Amino acid sequence: MSDANGAPLLSVQGAKTYYGKIIALKGVDVDVHQGEIVTLIGANGAGKSTLMMTICGNPRAREGKILFEGRDITNMPTHEIARLRIAQSPEGRRIFPRMTVLENLQMGAALDNLAHFDQDVERMFTLFPRLKERIAQRGGTLSGGEQQMLAIARALMARPKLLMLDEPSLGLAPLIVKQIFDVIGELNRTEGLTVFLVEQNAYHALKLAHRGYVLVNGLVTMSGTGKELLQKPEIRAAYLEGGAH
Amino acid sequence: MAADDTANKHGPDIAAAVKDALLSGLVALALFGPLIGLRTEQNMRNELVIQSRWGLVAAIIAVIVIGRFLMLTLVSPALARRRERVSATPEHPSALRQALGKWFAPASIAFLFLYPILIVSLLGFQGSLKWVDNFGIQILIYVMLGWGLNIVVGLAGLLDLGYVAFYAVGAYSYALLSSHFGLSFWILLPMAGIFAALWGIMLGFPVLRLRGDYLAIVTLAFGEIIRLVLINFRELTNGSAGISSIPKVTLFGIPFDASPGGFAKMFDLPLSSAYYKIFLYYLILLLALLTAFVTIRLRKLPVGRAWEALREDEIACRSLGINTTNTKLTAFALGALFAGFAGSFFAARQGFVSPESFTFMESAIIVAIVVLGGMGSMVGVALAAVAMIGGTELLRELAFLKTIFGDNFNPDQFRMLIFGLAMVGIMIWKPRGFVSSREPTIFLAEKKAISGSLVKEGHG
Repeated sequence: MSDANGAPLLSVQGAKTYYGKIIALKGVDVDVHQGEIVTLIGANGAGKSTLMMTICGNPRAREGKILFEGRDITNMPTHEIARLRIAQSPEGRRIFPRMTVLENLQMGAALDNLAHFDQDVERMFTLFPRLKERIAQRGGTLSGGEQQMLAIARALMARPKLLMLDEPSLGLAPLIVKQIFDVIGELNRTEGLTVFLVEQNAYHALKLAHRGYVLVNGLVTMSGTGKELLQKPEIRAAYLEGGAH
Repeated sequence: MAADDTANKHGPDIAAAVKDALLSGLVALALFGPLIGLRTEQNMRNELVIQSRWGLVAAIIAVIVIGRFLMLTLVSPALARRRERVSATPEHPSALRQALGKWFAPASIAFLFLYPILIVSLLGFQGSLKWVDNFGIQILIYVMLGWGLNIVVGLAGLLDLGYVAFYAVGAYSYALLSSHFGLSFWILLPMAGIFAALWGIMLGFPVLRLRGDYLAIVTLAFGEIIRLVLINFRELTNGSAGISSIPKVTLFGIPFDASPGGFAKMFDLPLSSAYYKIFLYYLILLLALLTAFVTIRLRKLPVGRAWEALREDEIACRSLGINTTNTKLTAFALGALFAGFAGSFFAARQGFVSPESFTFMESAIIVAIVVLGGMGSMVGVALAAVAMIGGTELLRELAFLKTIFGDNFNPDQFRMLIFGLAMVGIMIWKPRGFVSSREPTIFLAEKKAISGSLVKEGHG
């Protein structure tokens, strides 16, 4: 499935990101190829979300380069980066609480100029039937799992070339997590959707992903296929003990 | 068991209420005893003497004790029972409410168009002056300002405490350009709007990164800067003295005066200033409706949706490819545009502008109208403007109370007190404003407004 030969779709090269004087990413290299699911795992404060936000240009990488389809996007404004069809489901979901489910989806399709709106809404409701039941409800009244589904559906409405998900499993029941991961896997298999997944839930993420990176204190310490990483004793010890359900 | 509990919970506990009421009385005595009971006056020899007003203190304390007692024994149980009933009934608006929601706006617009005719036929031209001018025009100006600010505060969620600055820009644009260059109102109306919008963008640029309280402070300062410039730039604005004898509006070149070519002569009507007022009334009504129309249309366009999304979550907006810079600037510019229109109308109506009319108090009133009305709700903002401005005007009508309270009684002085009390009350009972439900802009099936009570506080 992974197309490791050509140039990567997304390539992070030696990215260093600071918050003021504090360094959060100490030179990270990550590649995501067309049609891959790549996961980034790591503990709290390792810099996972920072890397994701850096790709989106907020905060910016002070050193290093970020390429998307061979184009340097390191210094592009966030909304322009999104317009290259890099859709992001940010940490904490960040749906629009006062707007209805349908309006949230509409915001997601803004990039697409609503060209395929009706068709895409139907597709989202097939992927996440729960959302259809909640169509006229305000985003803020949904349960956590439904909000996560909405956040992913909203990101998908832009017909992204790259879907970036920041901890979709955060605070959700295992059953819902499985549902959401199943949908991501299915989209990847059937439509070749490229996914960059940031997760703490290492077991599920590595099982789903083709390749994975392990981030520790702002540095990539290990990488490999999902299976390889799952077998490594260090990873089992650090991220999986007691967490494998 | 459960029924027993409820009875206990809401049944008046007389002993506790008496105790509580007496305690309140004590607190009141401690507070009001020195504050109200003792008063220093200068006597003939310029010495301070203490006068006591124990009767007044006793009356106040009695009111507090009895009020507290009644509150505890009658009002709170009734409120608690009502709350229980409300939470027991499922969230379904009644047929009456739905009909009201559907017909209220068109009916009130029809009423507004008929209002001057109604008043004139009831009170005659001369008697109609006060009702058309003080109530009609005055309220409609604030409805328009409220709707304009609603774009910035209600839709885009940018708290602007200096909105009156754009109103001032509009008013001075008309005042200066019409008195110096003799340009007509109809040319200057759009120009004043555009000037104000430019100022809106100028304010917008430096505050792009700010949100919430920080934005509020900067906009507040901006409002003050404009006012101070108007006071101190004497060569242009004539300072605090203001600009007077600003030309009136004409109806397609027909002036409203006693000249042979004037409105009254032209149509062979008896001379009266009421025609001009009625004309102004329709003018501001149309301007206000234009504001409403534009806002309602824009809400359904990408830029309007982006405003609302921006109010909800700026980071999510950016990650969806929305240019938040442009979105904020358009909100500021458009809000300012309508304030500019309203300002030039204001100048033409008063015939006089001075910095006095553009104090922070005005901004605060407009913000209060938007907040009381329910952020983002057009009907709510209009209702709030009627209540706040109409209420203020009504106080002037209470002069007859002087016969009861003596000549020193001036109901106008109680304006701020009543204002404050009303605000506190509304924020307790309707924390989201008069109209808290938000109409979604797209539907797949039928329309369905969503009640504000379903969403967590601070999330809507």
